[in-house]
Amino acid sequence: MSGSATATGQSVVRMANDIARNFAALGEEQAIRQTAEHIALFWDPRMKAAGFALLARADSGFSPEAGAALAQLAGEARDSAQG
Amino acid sequence: MSYEPQPDFGTPASRADEQVTLTIDGRAVTVAQGTSVMRAARECGGDIPSLCASDSLEAFGSCRLCLVEIEGRKGTPASCTTPAEQGMVVHTQSERLARLRRGVMELYISDHPLDCLTCSANNDCELQDMAAAVGLRDVRFGYDGANHLGTKPDLSNPYFLFAPDKCIVCSRCVRACDEVQGTLALTVDGRGFASAISAGQSADDFLSSECVSCGACVQACPTSALMEKSVKELGLPERAVITTCAYCGVGCTFRAEMRGEQLVRMVPWKQGKANRGHSCVKGRFAWGYANHKDRVRQPMIRERVDEPWREVSWDEALAFTAGRLAAIKAAQGARALGGITSSRCTNEETFLVQKLVRAGFGSNNVDTCARVCHSPTGYGLKTTFGTSAGTQDFDSVEHADVILVIGANPTDAHPVFASRMKRRLRQGAKLIVIDPRRIDLVKSPHVEAAHHLALQPGTNVAVLTAMAHVIVTEGLADEAFIRERCDWDEYQDWARFVADTRHSPETLEPVTRVPAAELHDAARLYARGPNSAIYYGLGVTEHSQGSSTVMAIANLAMATGNIGRPGVGVNPLRGQNNVQGACDMGSFPHELSGYRHISDGATRALFEGDWGVSLDPEPGLRIPNMLDAAIDGSFRALYIQGEDILQSDPNTHHVAAGLAAMELVIVQDLFLNETASYAHVFLPGSTFLEKNGTFTNAERRIQPVRKVMEPASGMEDWQVTQALANAMGLDWDYSHPREILAEIARLTPSFAGVSWEKLEREGSLQWPVNEASPDGSPIMHVDGFVRGKGHFVVTDYVPTDEMTGPRFPLLLTTGRILSQYNVGTQTRRTANAQWHEEDVLEIHPVDAENRGLQDGDWTRLASRTGETTLRVTVTDRVAPGVVYTTFHHPATQANVVTTEFSDWATNCPEYKVTAVQVLPSNGPSGWQQDYAEHTARSRRIAHEPAE
Ligand code: SF4
Ligand code: SF4
Ligand code: SF4
Ligand code: FES
Repeated sequence: MSGSATATGQSVVRMANDIARNFAALGEEQAIRQTAEHIALFWDPRMKAAGFALLARADSGFSPEAGAALAQLAGEARDSAQG
Repeated sequence: MSYEPQPDFGTPASRADEQVTLTIDGRAVTVAQGTSVMRAARECGGDIPSLCASDSLEAFGSCRLCLVEIEGRKGTPASCTTPAEQGMVVHTQSERLARLRRGVMELYISDHPLDCLTCSANNDCELQDMAAAVGLRDVRFGYDGANHLGTKPDLSNPYFLFAPDKCIVCSRCVRACDEVQGTLALTVDGRGFASAISAGQSADDFLSSECVSCGACVQACPTSALMEKSVKELGLPERAVITTCAYCGVGCTFRAEMRGEQLVRMVPWKQGKANRGHSCVKGRFAWGYANHKDRVRQPMIRERVDEPWREVSWDEALAFTAGRLAAIKAAQGARALGGITSSRCTNEETFLVQKLVRAGFGSNNVDTCARVCHSPTGYGLKTTFGTSAGTQDFDSVEHADVILVIGANPTDAHPVFASRMKRRLRQGAKLIVIDPRRIDLVKSPHVEAAHHLALQPGTNVAVLTAMAHVIVTEGLADEAFIRERCDWDEYQDWARFVADTRHSPETLEPVTRVPAAELHDAARLYARGPNSAIYYGLGVTEHSQGSSTVMAIANLAMATGNIGRPGVGVNPLRGQNNVQGACDMGSFPHELSGYRHISDGATRALFEGDWGVSLDPEPGLRIPNMLDAAIDGSFRALYIQGEDILQSDPNTHHVAAGLAAMELVIVQDLFLNETASYAHVFLPGSTFLEKNGTFTNAERRIQPVRKVMEPASGMEDWQVTQALANAMGLDWDYSHPREILAEIARLTPSFAGVSWEKLEREGSLQWPVNEASPDGSPIMHVDGFVRGKGHFVVTDYVPTDEMTGPRFPLLLTTGRILSQYNVGTQTRRTANAQWHEEDVLEIHPVDAENRGLQDGDWTRLASRTGETTLRVTVTDRVAPGVVYTTFHHPATQANVVTTEFSDWATNCPEYKVTAVQVLPSNGPSGWQQDYAEHTARSRRIAHEPAE
């Protein structure tokens, strides 16, 4: 599974992948958008942070859509921190 | 309320709209057409003697005591079987009638023991009342002829007795069992004088018969032939208080019948709109836990969980707890603290716990046990319809033509509703059952499912999508409804998706193991209705695709137009008594009461204004993520009110590791539960008999809970939360739950019109109660969906990661049984234990034979997360490849083997599918022995005097 050592890290990889898989039937673009929205609405900040931290790792274990969704959220978080 | 028996109108109310007017003893009386003459007389305050009639039963006409004279008619017809007619002139009293009635009573009394003064039913006996009513003074036949006096009573049932010598063979009990309960356990054996009531075969007593101990026969019995043992022991009650059952989500209302401070019996309240006068063994009889010796009555604390508990005063316990919470918050921040609200507690108590977490702790780390049961219902129905709740009231089932039950076992888990459903099925409604196991409903007396789709566990979405495929491709969708009520474009996207041959019953048959032809027929039956209703339970939600399944169900209902009127709808059968309420009250980490997202500034501002604090705009942690964060070190303290997560949550090892990693675990409960083994603070809780408040049942019905005795610990649960809040420096001063309810109403639009006073007046209210629906909303989405247009969601079948393989070749699914409740904390402490002494594993004969297992053998049940041992029952109720067990006993800990897999949208655990192996074993596993030792060690109490 993931290369994360933390319990939260392992869970968020599984959770993000599950979410993305369930949106997959909508097509890639929609699946990424909906996954990102879902995570934004339901995850506690430390879970989001754990997800962002894993993004950089090659062995994160995220599916492409789940990774893209988190990357999108990480970007938004950076923007709003700067803005 | 002082003690008055519940009124009995003799025959059921008529539902006709047309009215007729007749004259009874010179008075003009107007009643609904179809009303019996007896009921008409009683509705206007008159009385006609009767023995075989009761308004919970169809008229029978056997005792001949209720005779009347009707002008223009010959003879003396029985008033219970004679319908009132326009212009009828009835006389209920005359010389002739008095003579006839006395004759009837004489016969009854001549075969009845005359020990009235010492009989436990003295003053609560219809036979006695009738003898007085007809003026019987003398029995001409004497008492020396053949009679039934001296026959031995049947004491086998733990809660009620049957004394045949007191029986007048009115058959009310038989009819109650048939008509009200639907179990058909009783018969009248023999004829004439030799006739006698019997439970099943003549060799059977009540306990060994089919009887499920619902108590309907006891309630129906006019004498003391069937009587609660508690009445015999304690005497007749002196007063009655209406309250609500604290077990399951049916929400039956009861009269708690009291003698002083002592509860004598719980009798279902006839005016209760959820149960309509019926009950099950749990609510009716299993309340003895309230006085069980294991109840903890004093607060306890300890520095470390390997120390014995120390009993302390409330002040010391609260100061210790508040001090620890403050220290953790100061060191690690608000997000290191959290709480779990209880679906067993009242709305007011739940609301206060989440308020304490949000406003006091300062985080949104609040969750509830709905996480592990119906959280997908909340997500799925909110997404599709706009409201996180079922669409119907229970009465609606009386109008259903087709009933689809999926992933629910109502006869065990929601027994009173099941009885109502079975009554409708006996009237001819058709039944479809989708369940891997042959639940009782599939075939029981006079009820048989038209289709039982025994699917492979974990394939709900595939089965429902295949049903949608049939409906769409065969032109069975209700286009007019969809165009008017739903988003047409979304429908078309969805219809294209389901119509794809990938989703045909034939393509999916290898996955679902449901024969395609049967699935076609079931889909057609559902679509053609005309009124089709879906009822579902945890077999839908507790899967990795729980939320998808709920949305697939909603899609089917919308596509066939089965929403917005009686007899149809989407009905989640809620597990715990107040799981609906706990969700409504803002127990989820991402939303405030009334399902409003925490990120919504306007909603937050409303609460911030009222509470005088600022709220964290980010969602908090769910229970499994709290445990993860505890292991990682960022979550340090948890306040748990009335839940036992160590036993009820999946993957026990993970839960234990999470709890063990926390600095402070506060458990508030009735008993030292399993979770308390990891707690530092134990705050004694109160039972539903010891508190005021409200519960909300599965049909969104808010019902009062009333205190009938003082709390054993001195405080109701809401008072404990308030005391903790105040120890933390908050300034709360609620003096009664009505004030908390007023706050809920002030802050929650769907509760805007709810108040304690209104509930007192109306008995119950179904939310939303607001300006648009001041009297509440029995049925939702009548003219339009709450969200505007109904939203079709494409639900793709995604197989679970939990796969069988060579090491774990069987699929385990879990459930519950009638006599036990959830983790059994209460029911195990009552005589209900007689029906279920241990959890057993059901296994198909073929799988048993392959493993050399026989009925009753010990087995080792292992998954990749853990193993336990229990005995097997070999049965073909389960399909080959599937095993089944319950989780009522801590010694078994079925959750040692369940995994961390969960619903993708809500993290509701996948209890219903675990790959396992089952092998012979000699007895309890090493883990079970260690666990037993650990529990015994952590329950030690140091007996120092409290301050
Ligand atoms: S208790 Fe219920 S199930 Fe048992 S015999 Fe009486 S009515 Fe039937
Ligand atoms: S047991 Fe009671 S209800 Fe049943 S037939 Fe006898 S008297 Fe009637
Ligand atoms: S059906 Fe549920 S609410 Fe009703 S008595 Fe039984 S446990 Fe209580
Ligand atoms: S009450 Fe009418 S015949 Fe018995």
